[in-house]
Amino acid sequence: MDLYQEIILEHSKRPHHAGLREPFNAQVRHINPTCGDECTLRVQLRGEGRSAVVADLSYDAIGCAISTASASVLADEVIGHSVEEALTSFEAMRRMLTSKGADTGDEEEIGDGVAFAGVSKYPARVKCALLGWAAFKDALAQAGIDISATTTSTTLASDTMEIS
Amino acid sequence: MTEVTLAGAFTTQESAAIRGDFAILSRSVRGGKPLVYLDSGATSHKPRQVLDAERAFYEQHNSAVHRGAHQLAEEATDAFESARETIARFIGAPTREVVFTKNATEALNLVAYAFSNAAAAGAMDGVDPALAARFALGVGDEIVITEMEHHANLVPWQELARRSGATLRWIGLTDEGRLDLGDLDTVITDRTKIVAFTHVSNVLGTINPVAAIVDRARAVGALTVLDACQSVPHLAVDVVDLGVDFLAFSGHKMLGPMGVGVLWGRYDLLAAMPPFLTGGSMIEDVRLEGTTYAAPPQRFEAGVPMAAQAVGLAAACDYLTALGMPRVTAHEHALTEALLAGLAQRPWVRVIGPVDGQNRSGAVAFVVDGVHPHDVGQILDDAGIAVRVGHHCASPLHRRMNVTATTRASFAAYNTLAEVDALLSALDRVPAVFGVAI
Repeated sequence: MDLYQEIILEHSKRPHHAGLREPFNAQVRHINPTCGDECTLRVQLRGEGRSAVVADLSYDAIGCAISTASASVLADEVIGHSVEEALTSFEAMRRMLTSKGADTGDEEEIGDGVAFAGVSKYPARVKCALLGWAAFKDALAQAGIDISATTTSTTLASDTMEIS
Repeated sequence: MTEVTLAGAFTTQESAAIRGDFAILSRSVRGGKPLVYLDSGATSHKPRQVLDAERAFYEQHNSAVHRGAHQLAEEATDAFESARETIARFIGAPTREVVFTKNATEALNLVAYAFSNAAAAGAMDGVDPALAARFALGVGDEIVITEMEHHANLVPWQELARRSGATLRWIGLTDEGRLDLGDLDTVITDRTKIVAFTHVSNVLGTINPVAAIVDRARAVGALTVLDACQSVPHLAVDVVDLGVDFLAFSGHKMLGPMGVGVLWGRYDLLAAMPPFLTGGSMIEDVRLEGTTYAAPPQRFEAGVPMAAQAVGLAAACDYLTALGMPRVTAHEHALTEALLAGLAQRPWVRVIGPVDGQNRSGAVAFVVDGVHPHDVGQILDDAGIAVRVGHHCASPLHRRMNVTATTRASFAAYNTLAEVDALLSALDRVPAVFGVAI
């Protein structure tokens, strides 16, 4: 099956930038109510507004291979980048994951995130792949960043959520 | 058919005949793989006989029941009330004690809200004070549940406790996944007004000792509510033998349609209870100044009911009765034993729940340490095998068993030993994909 790309398994076994670190501007905890998976995530920004740089992103992700690997890729993609760039990556990741296989992703925008293209064919797993990303966007909002120009991740999450 | 003298598993020929009644079982999934459906604990499939009964209702008798006097209205009402009789017989209950609800969740909420609504001024006027006192709930009173409850038999009681000021307590679990009845007498006390518990765990498969809990509840005067969602479809259930006061189950888990469930309750208790949902059908006399209610079961069936679904559920009861509930139980037991034996040969799999088949039903939850259940489920799905992954609406249970989530296979009468083998061989792909040492 094309879901479990080697690169995904690698990220899930040895996640990059894992663990919760100080200092941080905002901390959020997102839960997938279907399976109880959790992602606690912190962001530390340097600068103001969308030109601020993501100085650090630290997290504690408990979940499936897809959700833990996705958090690892998220950290790779946004640390050291501006909020503007990070939100562009978020949007590209979200677009690919909700494309039902039509969008194979752009490595320039999401790096190892392209390995998750196969997830978009499994609607029940899209939320797993977006758990950390949705938490990140929420953390940016809580840190005072205006995220209104981008698609709201929460709407998307509820679209794919299995209620139990 | 092969002659069977003892209640045993279905023969190959019998299984083939049963499977022939379920059209969906012959479809393929995930690129041409035959469907292996092991998720009947979530919802079962429905045989042609159930679908035909629903279709016949709509094609020949469709009308709003308990309304109008034209011929179709009479026929629809008759079909609905006949369905009630059939379902009542299936669980050994008098017909007037069977209340139709949209599902088991609503049935359990109906009971929980009876306690809340009983607190309103005048709600229990005319009710024998001794009986009314059983529904009076407040600070100092206690509601007892268990740690293995499905959220449907947990959250309504938690909410009732919050609204009433009563305290929620629970019976814990052993590491094996059975109720720990060691401190039953200290959990269920004179302060206990309600004991709500599941007959069969939807995760662990544990069949609970109903009599022991009912005896203790009765000794302290508490009312008992049994969640029978995972027992009525799989075991012969007789409400009189069980001795509980209320029992809830859903139609869609027992080969019946979605959108219909049942609350059974002792008539004197139902007759004392204020309504939950109000409106048409549940009334006796309505004036602008106030309303009097119909007698049970109509008191709890506001609005035009799900007649076609009730008729379908009765057809499901007939179908199960024709198979023979002891045969259904024996067949599912054989599948459960085979699955437990197969899992026991795989030391990298850990069953969450009793590992022997004693007092155990056909829900088998397991984990592969180091691999998330969603990932296990995905590998199985890729092989055409449908199982449930997650916490199966039983988060406290999972927390108690020290797991976030599990993968669960669950059986119905239409499953076969070949499907157990298919599950086991697909499971064998998991260690290689995720690099788990075996």
